[in-house]
Amino acid sequence: MADDPLVIAGREFGSRLILGTGGAANLAILEQALLAAQTELTTVAIRRIDITAGGAGVLDVLARHGIEPLPNTAGCRSAAEAVLTAALGREALQTSWVKLEVIADDRTLLPDPIELLDAAEQLVDDGFTVLPYTNDDPVLARRLADVGCAAVMPLGSPIGTGLGIRNPHNIEMIVAQARVPVVLDAGIGTASEAAFAMELGCDAVLLASAVTRAEDPPRMAEAMRLAVQAGRNARLAGRIPQRFWARASSPEL
Amino acid sequence: MTVTVNGQCWELPDGSALADVLSRLGTPPRGVAVALDGAVVPRAFWAGTALRDGASIDVVTAVQGG
Repeated sequence: MADDPLVIAGREFGSRLILGTGGAANLAILEQALLAAQTELTTVAIRRIDITAGGAGVLDVLARHGIEPLPNTAGCRSAAEAVLTAALGREALQTSWVKLEVIADDRTLLPDPIELLDAAEQLVDDGFTVLPYTNDDPVLARRLADVGCAAVMPLGSPIGTGLGIRNPHNIEMIVAQARVPVVLDAGIGTASEAAFAMELGCDAVLLASAVTRAEDPPRMAEAMRLAVQAGRNARLAGRIPQRFWARASSPEL
Repeated sequence: MTVTVNGQCWELPDGSALADVLSRLGTPPRGVAVALDGAVVPRAFWAGTALRDGASIDVVTAVQGG
């Protein structure tokens, strides 16, 4: 059934599934997964070049299929580091879009909210289209939108855990007050959780490990694509209210 | 002079430019960015940016991640 496109910063996307490229065993598997996901936008990390690695890189795969790379600031611990990494990503990929990540520590990989907001403000001022990976905190999400972020991307649970959406009510609150698109980013483990994110009202889902580290990444990518569509349809269709007691669906005898 | 390229020490002739480092690295034609002492240098300025002893250069590209 017809659906509006996802619109972020004035750009339209037919797909509401953003697939990250991290964690794939090799480029061939990643390529199959990207195609099965039918994603139009995918995250890449910015790292020191390894000339000895040689061969075609992830950018060649994306270029071959017209998939837009979204540089991230993964691994950055401070606003200063993230701002420099974003600037390098902009120069390398000729895009002003950035997935902003500022991580507090290696164990939780949770965003550092103070550094994140600082970096977001600096990058917006510098003309970036900022998509911040954020905690599932409605107040922080609002502050990020207030400083001009083009979307907010709250986590369902910590990166790579596959624990799903631990605080659905927070995600609903973020959605309810959002003036920018909400992208559920991180923590998704399986298809039902991606559908749930969309049922909660998220505009899109961003995931990587759930697909790239699955036993069959292309099949999981397809499952995620269908789940995101199903969840979106369910959201638009308007679910029935939950009731305590049963209510017959057949006419009385 | 001695400069640091992606964490490694390099000996370069005096008067070397940033572009010399990139050509020695065999840098691909696209998808690459360079920071000199923590500030991005756009590609158009690589040839005209002279290096000084002790300069720190980072050459980055996009890899799988996120």
